[in-house]
Amino acid sequence: MKLDRRDFMKFSGAAAAGIAVSGLGFDLKPVKSHAGMLKTRYAKETTTICCYCAVGCGAIVHTSKRGDGRVINIEGDPDHVINRGALCSKGSSLKQLTENENRLTEPMYRAPYSDKWQTVSWDWALDKIAERVKKTRDTSFETTNAKGQTVNRTTRMASVGSAAMDNEECWIYQALMRSLGLVYVEHQARI
Amino acid sequence: MTNHWIDIQNSDCILIMGSNAAENHPISFKYVTKAMEKGAPLINVDPRFTRTSAKADIYAALRSGTDIAFLGGMIKYILDNNLYNKEYTAAYTNASFLVDESFGFKDGLFSGYRKNSGDGPSMGGYDKSSWAFQMDDKGIPRMDKTLKDKHCVFQLMKKHYERYDIDTVVKVTGTAGKDLLKVYETYTATGKTGKAGTIMYAMGWTQHTVGTQMIRTMAMIQLLLGNMGVAGGGVNALRGESNVQGSTDHCLLWHIWPGYLKTARASNDTLEAYNKKYTPKSNDPLSANWWQNYPKYSVSLLKSFFGDKAIPENQFGYTWLPKVDDGAVYSWFDLFDAMYKGNLEGFFAWGQNPACSGSNASKIRKALEKLDWMVNVNIFDNETGSFWRGPGAEPSKIGTEVFMLPASVSVEKEGSITNSGRWMQWRYQGPKPLGNSRPDGDIIMELGHRIKEKYKASDGVFKHPILNLKWDYETNGAYDPHKAAKEINGYFVKDVTVKGKLCKKGTLVPSFAWLQADGSTSSGNWLYCNSYTEKGNMSARRSKKDAANNIGLYPEFAWCWPVNRRILYNRASVDPKGHPWDDKQWVIKFAGESKDGKYTSKKWLGDVPDGGWYPLENPDGTRRSDAKQPFIMRKHGFGQIFGPGRADGPFPEHYEPLECPVEKNYFSSRMVNPTAVVYSTKEDGHASCDPRFPFVGTTYRVSEHWQTGLMTRPQKWLMELQPNVFVEMSEELAKLRGIKNGERVLVSSARANLECTAIVTKRFKPFTIGYATVHQVGIPWHYGWRWPATGTEESANLLTPPAGDPNTRIPETKAFMVNVTKL
Repeated sequence: MKLDRRDFMKFSGAAAAGIAVSGLGFDLKPVKSHAGMLKTRYAKETTTICCYCAVGCGAIVHTSKRGDGRVINIEGDPDHVINRGALCSKGSSLKQLTENENRLTEPMYRAPYSDKWQTVSWDWALDKIAERVKKTRDTSFETTNAKGQTVNRTTRMASVGSAAMDNEECWIYQALMRSLGLVYVEHQARI
Repeated sequence: MTNHWIDIQNSDCILIMGSNAAENHPISFKYVTKAMEKGAPLINVDPRFTRTSAKADIYAALRSGTDIAFLGGMIKYILDNNLYNKEYTAAYTNASFLVDESFGFKDGLFSGYRKNSGDGPSMGGYDKSSWAFQMDDKGIPRMDKTLKDKHCVFQLMKKHYERYDIDTVVKVTGTAGKDLLKVYETYTATGKTGKAGTIMYAMGWTQHTVGTQMIRTMAMIQLLLGNMGVAGGGVNALRGESNVQGSTDHCLLWHIWPGYLKTARASNDTLEAYNKKYTPKSNDPLSANWWQNYPKYSVSLLKSFFGDKAIPENQFGYTWLPKVDDGAVYSWFDLFDAMYKGNLEGFFAWGQNPACSGSNASKIRKALEKLDWMVNVNIFDNETGSFWRGPGAEPSKIGTEVFMLPASVSVEKEGSITNSGRWMQWRYQGPKPLGNSRPDGDIIMELGHRIKEKYKASDGVFKHPILNLKWDYETNGAYDPHKAAKEINGYFVKDVTVKGKLCKKGTLVPSFAWLQADGSTSSGNWLYCNSYTEKGNMSARRSKKDAANNIGLYPEFAWCWPVNRRILYNRASVDPKGHPWDDKQWVIKFAGESKDGKYTSKKWLGDVPDGGWYPLENPDGTRRSDAKQPFIMRKHGFGQIFGPGRADGPFPEHYEPLECPVEKNYFSSRMVNPTAVVYSTKEDGHASCDPRFPFVGTTYRVSEHWQTGLMTRPQKWLMELQPNVFVEMSEELAKLRGIKNGERVLVSSARANLECTAIVTKRFKPFTIGYATVHQVGIPWHYGWRWPATGTEESANLLTPPAGDPNTRIPETKAFMVNVTKL
């Protein structure tokens, strides 16, 4: 009998469910079979690559198809040719990174000289940022340098980041920054 | 990595130095272990006995910052004992090249040195004209294949490393002589044809004032031993962030544009001048000189930036992009130096935490106070976004306004990342973004639209680049990573016939060999051309089928740059006739037909060859005129034992860290790299051989945390495993200072004080350096006041120095001087 990973999961789930009445005096069978099904029946399965170091380990994300639609479990991907299902301590806690009460969920603003954050809307925040960018750029833009050479840049705005972004995001981000005339564009690779 | 993770299993000897792979890249050990099971010895060289050392067959201790002395000694050992791979060295490296007769080296300085007497952090630089190769009348480097000419690279190298004898190396590194010899003997055995040795290094090498040259010393060893291009060999940087390879390839760095093209300098006044300046010329018909294609890549990039607005008449928008001043540097250190001096108004900290990650972090924190505005994009609040309420900050005196934008985590969005082995891997969306968080891509697109709208709606300075920026990476109003990925790969923007084939407008370019310099193609990054083609998204592939050589290349799993070549410089894995040096673990082999001792057709098996040309020689040993040398990215086609491109010298030389425990450099009278960069505001203190700071300090990582800890410190399990910033020290030092394991102590440097928990272990041992005892301590740099909420665990980068490597300006956070006292 040849089993692929998916069949194996179903098979082992059924075996676990088959354990008869436990010594506790009540039947755990329905609980176990429900737990087994959480990942396979009630969840969407997607593959991901770990967001920590650059080994590039594969992981499987199980996202609930019901209720809050959040992550049920993240585990190593046995079909990934690099890690073959294994993960380190950080990779094993990927779910806690995602489902984490400390995460930022709203844009926030700290006014000059203020001692607190205030929650703001995306619309307001992005509009104000665009305004600041334009003002700084327009007041500091150098079309030529001290030698009279064309430079078309601003040195009064800078950007750092990010190796935590996807490739496609990195590319569009650098394009935006360079179109604005930034020359101070740096990130993690430098340090 | 020139090779990739799985390929480590093919190694005959693994050297881990400048990295603690078992702790920080744990899954890499799957392949280290596989190699060990087949008999490969594992060597680990590190100041501390780490988790990697615990797995090693041979462990040797060395004082932080002395790796060039250690490896320079290995070069001398190779040459003295005739252990270099003679055929490989003569055929594929520049060992035979003759260098200008005026080239010289005396007492720590190469010819052409000029001390910096003006402004700027650089201590000095070189006029490199005497480092040039001698050319024949055709403009091809003169060579002496017997390697005997006194001006040839081989002889110059021999002379340079004569001083690196065992006794001197031991005096500098503090390594026991017998350990040194054991490492040399074991590793250099891979010089034998058919044997492969690999190096796994990380920040333990890059973060020094001589970091680049540490890596170069090892690259020279790999060339001498014939370990480049082969399975189980190479020079392998273990990169620390999941996509730091990709973000570097796409050049979120001041000095390069996507695909490692040069950022335009002010003197490159036209596109033509720019292309001319950066397109190398070789007169040798045997040199592929791959960068001769530069204009195809630069014009295709401009087409990606500006789409149909980029036309020949406006130099494809070349003048719209910012130019940097000739000779000026705009790196991380310089950026924060300018910010500290009040020369910046606005700042984006996007997915990065400089208040903890930058060397001499207190200067960075003070610099943030000088800004008018800052945008901080992250998944958690961090020490950067909340700098105004950090330790010692007075909000009522800080005028910086801060916008904090919540980003989604990686599993909440779709896109690709590139691992250390250059594998681009696609990942998918699981849950939707939490709360009102948004994927970075959506935030970037929306910000771009808003800026464009503002420039459309009102007056503004030099609007062209903003209004003309191609900005359509969306579907139904949302950021579409597939559109961006296709842009990066590139399109034919008109019907064009290339290589006799009609390529239709709007179709994806199959590979960079099809890119054009006339504006008929666009490609956001030539290196990624071939990643997303008419055949589909190559990075999403999942086949577990191996290639014909069965060495774990898995060519149809994900995609790897360039053109899915899994091992770089793989044409050096075959002899000049195209036969693999190693028949069992071959990477590529030539399988063309031959007649009367001459090859008559071209065919390679195995990995994607580094160019599909004929081998250099026919089966009968005659040289072919239509072949190419294997190191195709080098102008002359050879591996560079002599590296005239580096700022600090064509051969690596040992210098002490900016802050060091010794008053004498045993190799020369120059203490510090004479081209290092050192910053000099009042926040940039440093102290060498200062009795106030008697111990060597270094920073490192632990398995349970990651970088500044921002993605691990707000988590329960990981914080429970590693709750405190600690300073690890030897039992001897603890005794000297009366410190007990587990108590809180103060670590101080010329920059700052840091409270840490003392961890007293046998893993550090005092070194004997020269004739003195030198203690070293280590501190993980994962902490910061924001998490945990106690605010007591701070960043080790408050202690680290204001100096860096002259080539990269990467800070010297791996070797500095501290004191440790009881609280």
